[in-house]
Amino acid sequence: MELLLEGFQTALTPTNLLFAVLGVMLGTAVGVLPGIGPAMTVALLLPVTYNVSPSSAIILFAGIYYGGMYGGSTTSILLNTPGESSSVITAIEGNKMAKAGRASQALATAAIGSFVAGTIGTILLVLLAPTVADLVVQLGAPSYFAIMLVALAAVTLVLGASKLRGMIALFLGLTVGLVGTQTGQARMTFDQPLLADGIDIVVVAVAIFAIGEALWVAAHLRRRPLDIIPVGQPWMSKSDLRRSWKPWLRGTAYGFPFGALPAGGAEVPTFLSYATERKLTKHPEEFGHGAIEGVAGPEAANNASAAGTLVPLLAIGLPTTATAAVILLAMQSYGIQPGPQLFDNEPQLVWGLLASLFIANTLLLVINLPMAPLWAKLLQIPRPYLYAGILFFASLGAYSVNFQAFDLALLLGFGVLGLAMRRFGIPVLPLIIGVILGPRLEEQLTQALALSQGDVSTLWSEPVAVLCYLLVALGLVGSVVAGVRRRRGGSDHDDRPQQPDQPRAGAERVEAGR
Amino acid sequence: MTDLDTRPETAAAPRRAVDVAQYGLAAFVTLVGAYVLYDASGLEDGFADQPVQPYALPYVVGAVLVALGIALAVATARGDRPEAEEGEDVDLTEPSDWKTVGGLAGVMVVNIALIDWLGWAITGALLFTGCAYFLGARSILRAAAIGVVLSIGTFYGFYSGLGIPMPAGILDGIL
Repeated sequence: MELLLEGFQTALTPTNLLFAVLGVMLGTAVGVLPGIGPAMTVALLLPVTYNVSPSSAIILFAGIYYGGMYGGSTTSILLNTPGESSSVITAIEGNKMAKAGRASQALATAAIGSFVAGTIGTILLVLLAPTVADLVVQLGAPSYFAIMLVALAAVTLVLGASKLRGMIALFLGLTVGLVGTQTGQARMTFDQPLLADGIDIVVVAVAIFAIGEALWVAAHLRRRPLDIIPVGQPWMSKSDLRRSWKPWLRGTAYGFPFGALPAGGAEVPTFLSYATERKLTKHPEEFGHGAIEGVAGPEAANNASAAGTLVPLLAIGLPTTATAAVILLAMQSYGIQPGPQLFDNEPQLVWGLLASLFIANTLLLVINLPMAPLWAKLLQIPRPYLYAGILFFASLGAYSVNFQAFDLALLLGFGVLGLAMRRFGIPVLPLIIGVILGPRLEEQLTQALALSQGDVSTLWSEPVAVLCYLLVALGLVGSVVAGVRRRRGGSDHDDRPQQPDQPRAGAERVEAGR
Repeated sequence: MTDLDTRPETAAAPRRAVDVAQYGLAAFVTLVGAYVLYDASGLEDGFADQPVQPYALPYVVGAVLVALGIALAVATARGDRPEAEEGEDVDLTEPSDWKTVGGLAGVMVVNIALIDWLGWAITGALLFTGCAYFLGARSILRAAAIGVVLSIGTFYGFYSGLGIPMPAGILDGIL
């Protein structure tokens, strides 16, 4: 508690408060832009935080993160198609509400819900992360190795529709992680001295998220203008508030634990929250036509899961979502290695970060509610300029890492890969996680075997490790069984909640639940 | 008349076309895997204190990639089709517009080729203008004006705002 107060002291100096405001504004402005999700927002704004002192950079960054999350939900409510999978559910009811002339209420319940969920989530994060870090710090290399395997298996097998495509993404990512001379010999460097230090992950992330997306959109650019719903000042009446507060809390309860799990992500909890609200509502006739509960719950779940994601990230150094992966890169670029030692080595930084999450969350509400009409105007930016701008800033971001034309060539190469992945439905997340965790996996394996002097049995000598292997085995068996059942059942809908994103599937589940 | 109109439709309905382009992806994955294996075969034994040989992980990754490539090819032949990603500005009902993508890639190649010589302040403006042109901007002049403002602005933003001097290229001494 004292540490947190000290954190607030760091975060509340005038300069740092200014950085927090700047971060929230930048994050929201970029996050609102159509076609830019939270991960891409953070990736594109990375260069802005270079050369600022680490504590200010982290505060700037917390603002960008929460601002980007908030901006995404505004976009999905006011446009009729969602940007990223976590806001699919918000978009369903939110856009219906907006079309029915209740855009202000939809934005208000999303913003206040995000604030409530973000605040509760951050409190839970403050309580949990140090405890988890204390536990994790006692684990040895074998357990780390096993935990990373769980994370890799989870993002590959649990999320996404096609396991084969998830595996392809993961192993392409591991291949990228092989490049370099970290083992003492040049691997996959094509005799290029520029590749000796490996491929810069920032370049890969910007390429896959920003360039790949911009090229993919360019190939399918909507030539008809989207109908954007005009919006006034967000507000909600007492009856809206009465209908919203329970969904906010229930959404938070779904979101945080899922975010904190290795297979986290926001898709499952937003989906569960939607199904729950649909079942519990007193206004079932409104669902599918713009029910406020259907915006309040999923949006709270989305934000609570974003806070939950920070538990494994800060306490174990394990990114579980695309946005968390980019945050990890950002922290590493300030010379900070998230993980169990972080709370001991850099208490000022961590607690400053946690405090600034609270501040960013509050600023978001204070600044963004009145500014919503202005943000909504950003949706009308002409698409040629928008996507030219994305390509411009992505190139700048990649170039600013080393000021080498070579990085721009890598950027284009991986951008084309990102385009192909979108064309062929290959998920992006396993690739990025593979690039980050691949080298660390090898490092932990080396360390474990070096300590045991080559005795392989050390790998299952720790209980946590054994538990992890059991989980991976269970996941593998489960996905094989599900695959066989689906093939046999033909049109039988499978009961894993992860896969279907459509509202139709939500209706089916609720029916089954009754 | 009606006969002629309905016939192609009924013929197309049960069609479960193979996504031929996906064979290309399968080939790419297999080739990457094969190269990883080839590269691993050229690695030597590690130092005595290296319990994990430098070629151990590459052999695993390469072998799995080859297997995945083959699996994807088999799945493709069986009629597996990808779910292309959707987005706010993505209209999947229209056929792919590879001309625009090619133009954008071309602009980026020009940027890579010229950036060391001309510097970001010039090539950045070219990059923005070119991309906006290929994406269908109505007024090239306006795009160029925005591009110049952006590239010079980011150059000075990095220089004075972040304290990072960017290589100025041909404009060294002028900017």
